[in-house]
Amino acid sequence: MASLISCPHCGARPKEEFTIKGAVLSRPAADAGHQAWTDYVYLRDNPRGTHREYWHHTSGCRRWLVVTRDTVSHEVGFCQDAAAAKLAEVRP
Amino acid sequence: MTSYRLATGGLVNRAAPLAFSFDGKPMAGLEGDTLASALLANGQMLVGRSFKYHRPRGILTAGASEPNALVTIGRRERTEPNTRATVQELYEGLEARSQNRWPSLDFDVGALNGLLSPFLGAGFYYKTFMWPAPLWEKLYEPFIRRAAGLGKATHEADPDSYEKSWAHCDLLVVGAGPAGLAAALTAGRAGARVILVDEGSMPGGSLLFDTAMIDGMTASDFAREASAELQSMPNVRLMTRTTAFGWYDGNVFGAVERVQKHACDPASHLPVERLWRIVAKQALLATGAEERPLVFGGNDRPGVMMASAMRAYLNRYGVAPGKATAIFTCNDSGYRLARDLEAAGIEVTAIVDSRPTAPPGYRGRPRVIANAVVCQTKGNKSVSAIEVLHDGRSETIAVDALAMAGGFSPIIHLACHRGSRPFWSEENAAFLAPQDLKDLRIAGAAAATVGIAACIQEGSAQAAAILSELGISCRPAALPNVEAEEESRPAKPLWSIPGIKGKAFVDFQNDVHLKDIGLAVREGYGHVELAKRYTTSGMATDQGKLSNVNAIGLLAEARGVSPAEIGTTTFRPFYTPVSFGALTGAHSGYHFQPVRKSPLHDWAAKNGAIFVETGLWYRSAWFPRGGEKTWRESVDREVVNVRQNVGLCDVSTLGKIEIFGADAAEFLNRVYCNAFLKLPVGKARYGLMLREDGFIYDDGTTSRLGEGHFFMTTTTAYAAGVMNHLEFCAQALWPELDVRLASATDQWAQMAIAGPKARLVLEKIVDDDISSAAFPFLAAKEVSLCGGKLHARFFRISFSGELAYELAVPAGYAESIADILMNAGAEHGLQPYGTEALGVLRIEKGHVTHSEINGTVIPDDLGFGKMVSATKADFIGKVMLEREGLKAADRLRLVGVRPLDPTASFKTGSHILEKNAAATLENDQGYVTSSAFSPHIGCTIGLALVKRGPERLGEEVVVWNGLKSEYAPAILCDPIFVDPTNERLHV
Ligand SMILES: [Zn+2]
Repeated sequence: MASLISCPHCGARPKEEFTIKGAVLSRPAADAGHQAWTDYVYLRDNPRGTHREYWHHTSGCRRWLVVTRDTVSHEVGFCQDAAAAKLAEVRP
Repeated sequence: MTSYRLATGGLVNRAAPLAFSFDGKPMAGLEGDTLASALLANGQMLVGRSFKYHRPRGILTAGASEPNALVTIGRRERTEPNTRATVQELYEGLEARSQNRWPSLDFDVGALNGLLSPFLGAGFYYKTFMWPAPLWEKLYEPFIRRAAGLGKATHEADPDSYEKSWAHCDLLVVGAGPAGLAAALTAGRAGARVILVDEGSMPGGSLLFDTAMIDGMTASDFAREASAELQSMPNVRLMTRTTAFGWYDGNVFGAVERVQKHACDPASHLPVERLWRIVAKQALLATGAEERPLVFGGNDRPGVMMASAMRAYLNRYGVAPGKATAIFTCNDSGYRLARDLEAAGIEVTAIVDSRPTAPPGYRGRPRVIANAVVCQTKGNKSVSAIEVLHDGRSETIAVDALAMAGGFSPIIHLACHRGSRPFWSEENAAFLAPQDLKDLRIAGAAAATVGIAACIQEGSAQAAAILSELGISCRPAALPNVEAEEESRPAKPLWSIPGIKGKAFVDFQNDVHLKDIGLAVREGYGHVELAKRYTTSGMATDQGKLSNVNAIGLLAEARGVSPAEIGTTTFRPFYTPVSFGALTGAHSGYHFQPVRKSPLHDWAAKNGAIFVETGLWYRSAWFPRGGEKTWRESVDREVVNVRQNVGLCDVSTLGKIEIFGADAAEFLNRVYCNAFLKLPVGKARYGLMLREDGFIYDDGTTSRLGEGHFFMTTTTAYAAGVMNHLEFCAQALWPELDVRLASATDQWAQMAIAGPKARLVLEKIVDDDISSAAFPFLAAKEVSLCGGKLHARFFRISFSGELAYELAVPAGYAESIADILMNAGAEHGLQPYGTEALGVLRIEKGHVTHSEINGTVIPDDLGFGKMVSATKADFIGKVMLEREGLKAADRLRLVGVRPLDPTASFKTGSHILEKNAAATLENDQGYVTSSAFSPHIGCTIGLALVKRGPERLGEEVVVWNGLKSEYAPAILCDPIFVDPTNERLHV
C-alpha cells in the first residue's frame, strides 16, 4: 500500500516511483576470476536486518540510489546517490 | 412484539421522512437513520439467513463489526452485495434485499441445512476432501456452493468513478469519539496540521448515544460544537465517512472515503469513493472498543443484540428494541443500558448478571438475577423467551429482546498491522495494543480507558505529548466538566457458560459455534492459527471483530491456560472491506493504462492504417487498399513495393537516447560488446548489448553525431529497460566517466524510407548531397530539408535489405514531412508500409528481433560471434560470455528454414525434428522463432534456432507443430533469403 523513500534529490516519495535492482555489489574487474564473477552475477545473500540495495528513482529524478533498508522492520535508513557512494568509495 | 420507533428522542430528523424498501416491501425511515435503525424502526428484526445453517438472523450491532445484517442494496449496475445495514446510511429510494435465502427470507429451504449440521462442523472441508473424490465433485461441492453464500455481485459494469489521493499531516487522529475529538482540538488549537478521520456520517463516536452531560450540554451537542470548532480551523481537516483501514510503512495510513455511498443517484462530477494515503508524522488511534457477545444457546436469534448497540439504537435513532427487554451481562455496562431503557419507559424484564451481586450503587427498578446465566433463547424468527439458570434451577422468562454485554475489546487492529503483536492484560480482561510503537499512540477506549472524562483527558494529553515531540508548543486547555453515571469497570470475562442448550455461536458470520471450538481442541487443532483455519472462526468478511477474542478465551479455557498463552492470530489490512473500485481508482476502461501514439499516428490513420497494440503503443500494422480482402494481400503488396519501388514506414516507437560527454565513446564501448571507441563522426553502427551474464539484451544502431555526442536507438520493447540500464552503468558502475543520457524517444519522429527508389524520393526534399559517394551505407548526419526550412537527422541504415534511409524530424513536424514525402514519392510508387511488412522484409533479410533475442542467445548463436570485441579490456557480459556452456558445439544457432513443398507452411513456435524422428523431447533439434509468407521467395520462410544450425544447411528436417499435430517436411538454409551479398544496400 505504501512506503516512502527519502530520495536525496526529491525528498520523501512513494515507493511506486522507484524500481529496485537488488543488493549493492561491486562489479569485479574483468580479470577477477570465474568465482568472483559467478558470485557477482548469480549469488545473493538474503540478510535478516540491514540490506544495502540499488533503487532507481525511475519516475522521479532518474538517479540510482543506494538505499539501506531493514528487511525485518522495513525501516528505510540511509539513502544516498549511487554515483556519490561509488565515488566516495573509490576516492580514499 | 417487535422493535419500533419511539415518539421522541434521538438525532434523527423527524421532519424528513425517507421512503425505502426491503425485499420489495415499502418502508419509511428518517434522515439520520442507518438502514439497520430504519429496519428496526419498521419492526423488521429478521434481515438475513446465516452462511451455513441458514438460521434466521437479525441486527446484532450498530457499527462496522456487524456479522449478520448483510444485505444487497441498489439496483442494476449499482447493485452492491454484502452491505452492512448497520453502517449504510439511509437515503430516499434505497432498495435493500436480503441474501442467502430461497425462495424467501421467511420461508427458506436452506434452513434444512440445520438438520445436516452434524456434517457441517469444524474441519468439515478438510474431512470431506478425504472422502471419495467423485462424491466431492458430484455431491459436496454443488451442495456447499448452493448452501453457503453471501450476496451476488452484478455482472454489469460499474458506472461510477473513483479517485485516489495523498494527504499529509503532523498528526492523524483515527476516530472522532471523545478521545479523538479532544486530541484533534488540542493539536488544532496549537496550530498543528491535523487530519481527523471517522467512519461515521457525523463525528462523535459514542458521544452520539451517551446520556452524559458535558459542560452543560448533551454529549452529542458537545460533539457537534467540538467538530464545528475543528471545521473552522484552516489547519485541520475533518473527514467523516472515512475508514482508516490500514497502517503501513513510513507511517502511511490507507483510508477510504465514502463520498457518495449515501446517495441514490451519485453526482457524476464527484467520485463515489476516494482512496486516501495519509502520510502522518505522528498518529493517534482513538478507535474505541468493541463489545463482546456472550456465548449461550440461540445467541444468534433475531432480537438478541449487543448492549451498546441497543443503547445506540435507543439514544441516537430513537428506536426501541421491543416492549420487554432482558439484559445478560457479566460486567457493569449492562446496567447503563438498563438505566437508558428505563428512562425511555421501556420495560426491562430482568438483568441476568453472572456475578454474585449487582454493582453496589445500582438502584434501578428492574429485577436483577445475580449469579445467573442465560442458557438459551426460545422463539421462532425472533426471540420470545429466555431460559435463565440461577440458584440451581431454570426459569423461563418471556421477552421480545435480549441485550448481551460480554465486556469490551479495544479496537487495536491498525496498531497491529505492521507486525507487532498485541498482549493480554489480565487487569483489563482484554488484548491491548503493542507498546512503544513508533510514531503511533493509542488513547481512550482503544487503550482500555473507561469513561468519557478519562477519554477526553487522555486524548488531550496524548496530543500534547505528540506536539512536544514534533516541537510544537501547546497550552494545556481546561478539560470539560463531565456529568455521567458511574463508569463501569472491566470485570472477569465470561467465556464458557454452564448448561447451554442448542447452538451457541462464537463466529456469527461463519456459523462457528461453541462445539466447533471444542472439537478443534480435541482433534489437535488447539493452536490459535490452526483453530482459526479448522473452524473458520474469524475468517468471514467481518474478520472476527466480534468473535476472535471469545474464540481465544474459549480455546484458553479448553486448554487450561491464560488467553495470553493463546495469543491472537495476525491482524492484517483491511480493517473493513474496501471496494475494488476504490482500490482501482481511475485506472479502469480507457484509463486502465496509458496509450502511446506515435507522432505519425494521425498521418498513418489518414492513410488508412490498421493499428495494432504493442505494449502501450499503437503501431500501424498495414495499410489496406481498395479491393484487398485480407491483411495478407495488403502486406504482400507492401513488401513487394518496397523491393521494387519504395515504401515509407513509421519507426518512431524505437527507443532513442541522446548520449553526451567527453567519455561517451568509452561508455558505449563498455555497454556494447562490439567496438565503438573509434566510430567516426558521421557514421552509424549496429550495436549488440549484452547482459552481465553474457546473453544478448538488446540491439540497435548508434550514430556518432559529434565527437562527444551519440544517438542510440533501441528496440521498441526495451526502450525503457535500456535507458534504466544505461543510467545504472553511468551512475552506479562508472560515475567517473563524463557521460550524460537523455531519453529522446518522444521528441523525434522517425521514418524508414526503403526501396531501390528511396534516394530518388529523398533527393527532392533533402538539401544535402545524398549520392552514394557523399552519403554511403551507414552514413549518419544532420541535414536540412525543404530549402533549409527544417533540420533533421538522416541515417543510411536498412532493416529490409534494400537501399534505405531513416529520417528523424522533431515530433511536431512528423506529419507534414511525411505528407511532403508521400507527395514527392508518388511518381516513384511510394507507399506506406506497416509493421507486418516490416517483419516480412526483415525475415527475408535474416535480421533478428526479440523473437530471436529471447534471453537464451549469445552473439555467436545469431552469427554475430565475430562482432564481439576480442581486444576490449572489459564490457558488460565479457567475462561470463567465456563460460564453457556458452561455447558448447550443440548450442541452438540461427538458420533459415523453408518447406520442401512451397504450398506448405508452418507456424512460429513449431519445433524442428530430424527426418523420421519421433516427436520427443530428446529428439528436439530447436524451434522456429519467426515465420512469414515471403512474396519474394514465394512460400513460407522462417528463422529458427537449431542445434549446430549453420553446420546443417541443406539438411531435410520436419517442422512439427505439437499443438495441431502438423508435420511439414522442410529444409534448413541460410537465414538470408534476399541479397546475401548485400549489393542492394550499397547502390
Ligand atoms: Zn529522486
